[in-house]
Amino acid sequence: MSNSPMILQMQNITKTFGPVKALTNVNLEIARGEIHAICGENGAGKSTLMNVLSGVYPSGTYSGTIFYDGKECNFKKIKDSEELGIVVIQQELALSPFLSIAENIYLGNERQKNGVIDWEATRADAIKVMQQVGLQENPDTKIMDIGVGKQQLVEIAKALSKEVKLLLLDEPTAALNDEDSAHLLQIIRDLRDNQGVTSVIISHKLNEIAAIANNVTIIRDGSTVGWLTNSKENPLDQDELIHKMVGRELTNLYPDHVSHIRDEIFRVENWTVHHPLDQQRVIVDHANIYVRAGEIVGLAGLMGAGRTEMAMSIFGHTYGSAVSGKVYVHGKETDTSTVQKAIGAGIAYATEDRKGYGLNLLQNIRENALLAALTKHSKHGVMDDGVERIAVEKYRKDFNIKTPSIEEQVSNLSGGNQQKVVLAKWVISNPDILILDEPTRGIDVGAKYEIYEIIDQLADEGKAVIVISSELPELIGICDRIYTVSQGVITDDVQKTKFTQEYLMKGMTQEKTQLKKVGE
Amino acid sequence: MSSASLTPQKKENIKKGSVLASFASNARQYGIVGALVVIIIVFEILTGGLLLQPNTIVQLIQQNAYVIILAVGMVMVIIATHIDLSVGSLVGFIGGCIALLMQNAHLNWFLAIIVGLLIGLLVGVWQGFWVAFVGIPGFITTLAGMLIFRGLATTMINASIPVNNTSFNAIASAYLPNILGWWGPFDGLSIVVGILAIVAFAWTQLRKRAKVSKVGLVPEPINATYIKIAIASVVIAALTFEFASSGNATQGGIPIMLVIVGVLVFTYNFILTRTVFGRRVYAVGGNRRAALLSGINTRRVDFSLFIHMGLLSAIAAIAMLSRLSSASAATGNSFELDAIAACFVGGTAVTGGIGTVPGVVIGAVVMGVINQGLSIMGVDSALIQTIKGLVLLLAVAVDIMSKRKKR
Ligand SMILES: Nc1ncnc2c1ncn2[C@@H]1O[C@H](COP(=O)(O)OP(=O)(O)OP(=O)(O)O)[C@@H](O)[C@H]1O
Ligand SMILES: [Mg+2]
Repeated sequence: MSNSPMILQMQNITKTFGPVKALTNVNLEIARGEIHAICGENGAGKSTLMNVLSGVYPSGTYSGTIFYDGKECNFKKIKDSEELGIVVIQQELALSPFLSIAENIYLGNERQKNGVIDWEATRADAIKVMQQVGLQENPDTKIMDIGVGKQQLVEIAKALSKEVKLLLLDEPTAALNDEDSAHLLQIIRDLRDNQGVTSVIISHKLNEIAAIANNVTIIRDGSTVGWLTNSKENPLDQDELIHKMVGRELTNLYPDHVSHIRDEIFRVENWTVHHPLDQQRVIVDHANIYVRAGEIVGLAGLMGAGRTEMAMSIFGHTYGSAVSGKVYVHGKETDTSTVQKAIGAGIAYATEDRKGYGLNLLQNIRENALLAALTKHSKHGVMDDGVERIAVEKYRKDFNIKTPSIEEQVSNLSGGNQQKVVLAKWVISNPDILILDEPTRGIDVGAKYEIYEIIDQLADEGKAVIVISSELPELIGICDRIYTVSQGVITDDVQKTKFTQEYLMKGMTQEKTQLKKVGE
Repeated sequence: MSSASLTPQKKENIKKGSVLASFASNARQYGIVGALVVIIIVFEILTGGLLLQPNTIVQLIQQNAYVIILAVGMVMVIIATHIDLSVGSLVGFIGGCIALLMQNAHLNWFLAIIVGLLIGLLVGVWQGFWVAFVGIPGFITTLAGMLIFRGLATTMINASIPVNNTSFNAIASAYLPNILGWWGPFDGLSIVVGILAIVAFAWTQLRKRAKVSKVGLVPEPINATYIKIAIASVVIAALTFEFASSGNATQGGIPIMLVIVGVLVFTYNFILTRTVFGRRVYAVGGNRRAALLSGINTRRVDFSLFIHMGLLSAIAAIAMLSRLSSASAATGNSFELDAIAACFVGGTAVTGGIGTVPGVVIGAVVMGVINQGLSIMGVDSALIQTIKGLVLLLAVAVDIMSKRKKR
């Protein structure tokens, strides 16, 4: 091991995908034992840089040099970089849902004796690394039975099992609520302080960066545009960071918006949903909500409170079993038991899980964006190319989807830009009632503002908008009214005047035994 | 926000997209075409020029029509992540039904065809029902169908039923009438159709280009379009020459089978690329849950696909029966494998979501040319099978490698 203070130096990294130049002469220097943040807009090239470093893109497919621990490296595959202690946690989690926590931790790195898996050692070692990340679960629990927050911890435990020296985390907190995020960040800090693990973290949540990073590298349009330091004496200037990221001032995080609220157009009564496999488990419990035209209503709750489940069960019963309750659209009782019926009634649901439920990665932007509005863009069952292209092109501009053309495969887009395609798909379908589940997940600060503007505009057009978000400031910033949800029960209906994080948290954390139900 | 649009430098890079780049970006499509050209040239040399004789080409089409007919349906089924193993048995079964109707029930040949098509539709409804509404995987449903219909065919046909209706038998062996007469040694109709085809191709290419720029997008470089048109013109002209000089003293020109196959290929390509239904097929194949949550009735898509497949199996059965002039219990054996092989050679993804009609047509032609070339050379048919197997493996291997490289 060399004694240079720099654990990693990436010099003049340039990476192209056909005609698209994703990185141009990027330089990155990481000091031993620091936590280094990389910031930049969607599509700036952050994930690409991590993929270059870890060998996902083998040496030869990019130009530039990488020095790790003082030695030049030419990784041909991910295993090569892992051998030297570089571990990436990808933007999209790569765990196997049907395997247990322990099995996932040692996946591809199995504890074995003479070619046979040593289950005792697997479990014992798994418990050890799980303790290090503060994951209190049975190692035999299946991944699909734990929340995203814990899944992230499993990923980190997996990294620890590989004797990590340099940990790369690509938007690890995008899908986490504040509490889980804070926990995760503390673990990264502990790893640094106790085991000397250096971390590189990519995130669009700037206050997290301010809380954890020692240094920040900023990338814009594939080039490094600046560095900032962050310490107790010299705290990070977030405004400066934003300025460097987006290339202009951003005075407000949320647009000023005055809602013009009209008649009620959407109402759900006594909505009850059970677990899809276990009919005894109540997931949503006699929920009552209503939304008026022009109104933006938030659903605030902790992870697992049942917000997504409620939305999906309303939207064509796509979640749960034994669904009961009534839906009224424009005052008329409406059957939403299939997705076609729900869409027909003017309801749209933009999913939080873009890879699982949102996109067809094999199709291009145009085909994905139109999927929910095929018949509207066709004549006698035949697609109208021209109309189709014009429609999608308009939304590509509105949402600022960064791409050479709408004919690009969505799998080639950056994470945030994929998210925008999901949103565009539902806006194009022109619904009356729009349920947005984590609409700004993985989206950069500048683009968030634009998405809020689009939401405001939709409300102004007289649509009813429901926003599910794990970021309370976001809900407070854009909503007219917020329902708090706890353990499947709507616990409060909070008016704008009462919006504070503390007040909302009270409703979000009420215990089931002492719950009062709203609207009964 | 300015930053989200491309930097000037990037725009420059894209604009530079030369003719070469435009072709390179479609390399996967052109790869298999290139392979076909090489194979044709190799066999043309090995067979001493026999491969590209007019009558060999006509024979090639008449012999392989069933593969293309089945493959255009199979590709849709595979795109939607299913598979249909029953098509071979269906060819035998429906062929047997039509033969019985004509020979024993003395039904008019045209009516017999209609009934045959209806039987195909009904079988499609039957299989589609189990797949779409009961939820039995297509693999299992059609494996059952393969056994059921082969069994029925065998019981029904016994040894064989000869068909001696000349009109019916002409479908697979005759040509379109020489309505424009012979122009020297050439069939006039073939030449007129050939010229029309070239004009139509050029026109659609230019129109497509104009449409793209009309909606404000950057079309492919004009030279690329010209090169495409030029290559297509040469190919169509060569084929026109071949057909115009095909046949014998009494008839020649465009084989009826070519018209049937051409219409089907054209129709299904249109369905898959231009219609709402086609878009849904790709959506279901690429991500079924996302398709469902976008309001697509995935069951109805599955159901329709098996109906299409049933209909196409019936058409293949008619082609086969007409060609062999007799129905036998073994007709259509392993046809499903020929169709599936054509799909995969033609670039269809095993995991669904990807595939095109032109691709599988070329896949089918590749297999057909290899078959024909080797037969002319007098290679044993068992060995031909082995070689075809290796070609399938090679084609898919190359496809996978090229995809891996692109990363
Ligand atoms: N396989 C690919 N083919 C073509 N272009 C690609 C590919 N992968 C990435 N790109 C392009 O490279 C650029 C950088 O993408 P990257 O994923 O690194 O962005 P990012 O900074 O991680 O953004 P986000 O914050 O949205 O995750 C984008 O313009 C993207 O469209
Ligand atoms: Mg990224």
